[in-house]
Amino acid sequence: MSVLEIRGLQVSVDTENGSVEILKGVDLTIKSGETHAIMGPNGSGKSTLAYSIAGHPKYTITGGSVTLDGADVLDMTVDERAKAGLFLAMQYPVEVPGVSVSNFLRTAATALRGEAPKLRTWVAEVKGAMEALNMDPSFATRNVNEGFSGGEKKRHEIMQLELLKPKMAILDETDSGLDVDALRIVSEGVNRAKANNDLGVLLITHYTRILKYIKPDFVHVFANGKIVEEGGPDLADKLEANGYADYVSK
Amino acid sequence: MSVLTTNYLTPTGREEAWRFTPLKRLRGLHDGTAIVGGRNSLVTKAGLPQGASFTRESLAPLAVSDDVIIERIRGEVSDVAHLSIDANAEIKEPIFLTRSAGALDSAELSRVRISLGTHAVATVIVENIGDTLLAEDLEIALAPGSSLTFVTLQEFDSKSVYTARHHAVVDKDATFKSITVTVGGDVVRILPTVEFTAPGASAELLGVYFATTGQFFEHRMHVDHAVPNAKSRVNFKGALAGRDAHTVWIGDVLIRAVAEGTDTYELNRNLLLTDGARADSVPNLEIETGEIVGAGHASTTGRFDDEQLFYLMSRGITLENARRLVVRGFFNEIITEIGNEEVQERLMERIDGELERAGA
Ligand SMILES: Nc1ncnc2c1ncn2[C@@H]1O[C@H](COP(=O)(O)OP(=O)(O)OP(=O)(O)O)[C@@H](O)[C@H]1O
Ligand SMILES: [Mg+2]
Repeated sequence: MSVLEIRGLQVSVDTENGSVEILKGVDLTIKSGETHAIMGPNGSGKSTLAYSIAGHPKYTITGGSVTLDGADVLDMTVDERAKAGLFLAMQYPVEVPGVSVSNFLRTAATALRGEAPKLRTWVAEVKGAMEALNMDPSFATRNVNEGFSGGEKKRHEIMQLELLKPKMAILDETDSGLDVDALRIVSEGVNRAKANNDLGVLLITHYTRILKYIKPDFVHVFANGKIVEEGGPDLADKLEANGYADYVSK
Repeated sequence: MSVLTTNYLTPTGREEAWRFTPLKRLRGLHDGTAIVGGRNSLVTKAGLPQGASFTRESLAPLAVSDDVIIERIRGEVSDVAHLSIDANAEIKEPIFLTRSAGALDSAELSRVRISLGTHAVATVIVENIGDTLLAEDLEIALAPGSSLTFVTLQEFDSKSVYTARHHAVVDKDATFKSITVTVGGDVVRILPTVEFTAPGASAELLGVYFATTGQFFEHRMHVDHAVPNAKSRVNFKGALAGRDAHTVWIGDVLIRAVAEGTDTYELNRNLLLTDGARADSVPNLEIETGEIVGAGHASTTGRFDDEQLFYLMSRGITLENARRLVVRGFFNEIITEIGNEEVQERLMERIDGELERAGA
């Protein structure tokens, strides 16, 4: 049983016109097995929250804390956070020229497991993970995310989620850009990871359709750098019907 | 032993061709003060396949040169190491040439010829290793319809000085592909040059270089389109790490008035991995006719991409390993063109080692 605790998190970015505060005190607690959906307008700071937890160097933490099972996440390097059990499925996965998917996955698995996976079982494991997400085996020899379609990049993220077995996953708009079949396939991947690893999930989305597949226990409304309302799954339906006008006008 | 006495014009460093080169570190190769040892270090690494022969013979130069050091070599040496591939021979396995001896207190002046008969096909891999002071005039003659992949590996130890011209003369419908790799030595200065003597010929000059603390690597291309309908491609990628690592890439491409239908593109990309290193990159396209298929160039110099490193690290990979992956990935495009797994892996490990030593 793991707990990711975000307390009063304040984050800013450096711009040409000085530092701009994006997150203005975020409080959120996620436990193993729980799924929290975050919905909110463009630019409200959802990706900033995701990246800050993962440790992207662009963001400066100006206040608050993030802990995983009591350990100070903000004090860890990016790779240490992954080793502690955090995973971020990115809104815009990055292309890494000249590095094959298979080499990348093996390097990551070696780092996270503390030893190189046995070659025989590893090949089968990767093959299985790719099949489960309906990815052609040829992706293994392609360069990481290079020339992948938007939907293929998202499948690749969830394939990593299944292979690397984190404790807590932040899915930043994993559903955006997926066709109806891919949405189902990717959602099933997330649900498998939840079932197999008792994964805690922070799911950032703009649409309720993914919530039909991945059932949230909690829905949070995010606006202007913080959580402005919390509720159950029915809150998502209300947002879909009414939009964010109630939250951003204030 | 003899001392170079012939009186050639000694470069001062003000000449365009020498303006980047640290002349003081050439150990006298450029001004004739180097003592010439009796070395003939180039040897075949294994038995030669059918259709190939390796001899030493007296040969007149293939092409003129305006390089002072090449002129000195030609003035001193008539004996040429000659790898010859018979007409119509199709040799699948690469032919390896390597160095048998080296020394720093005396210079080796080397003349090499690689010649392919009509429609011959071959891959030649030259391994330049050890610590040595070496000046080389290497000429390649491609008869009509022949095809050569020429891999030249500068895997020298840290004190070597190597100055060379690798000049290819490419006849009708012949295909020349070179892969120049420079990962070792104190000063390496190579002039990869190409001249086309008949239409339908093509040349692809690929290269990678990785200079670390204090190393100077210069690659000065010259592609002469003096006939119609020839094609050339240049793609060199370099990385630099550590104080006073310095690389120079010059891409001179000349499209003469007669060279209608020319198709050329040259590209140089540099990755600066630390502060204190310097990459000079000078593409130079001279076009004397408008009747061409295409002509272009690009040159970029960048640093580690933070987004790439973040992505890799977010999967648990340490910063050090993430950098290694990115650098390997950067060079991969060209290294894989060598087509020999063993050599490729050896080079990648050398690159890892250089990266580690430079503390990047
Ligand atoms: N370098 C920067 N300079 C100025 N503003 C920035 C910079 N980086 C981020 N921001 C701003 O931070 C805010 C939050 O961005 P973020 O990507 O977190 O939003 P989001 O909620 O994920 O939006 P979306 O739903 O569109 O993905 C945006 O208004 C963005 O413009
Ligand atoms: Mg976002």
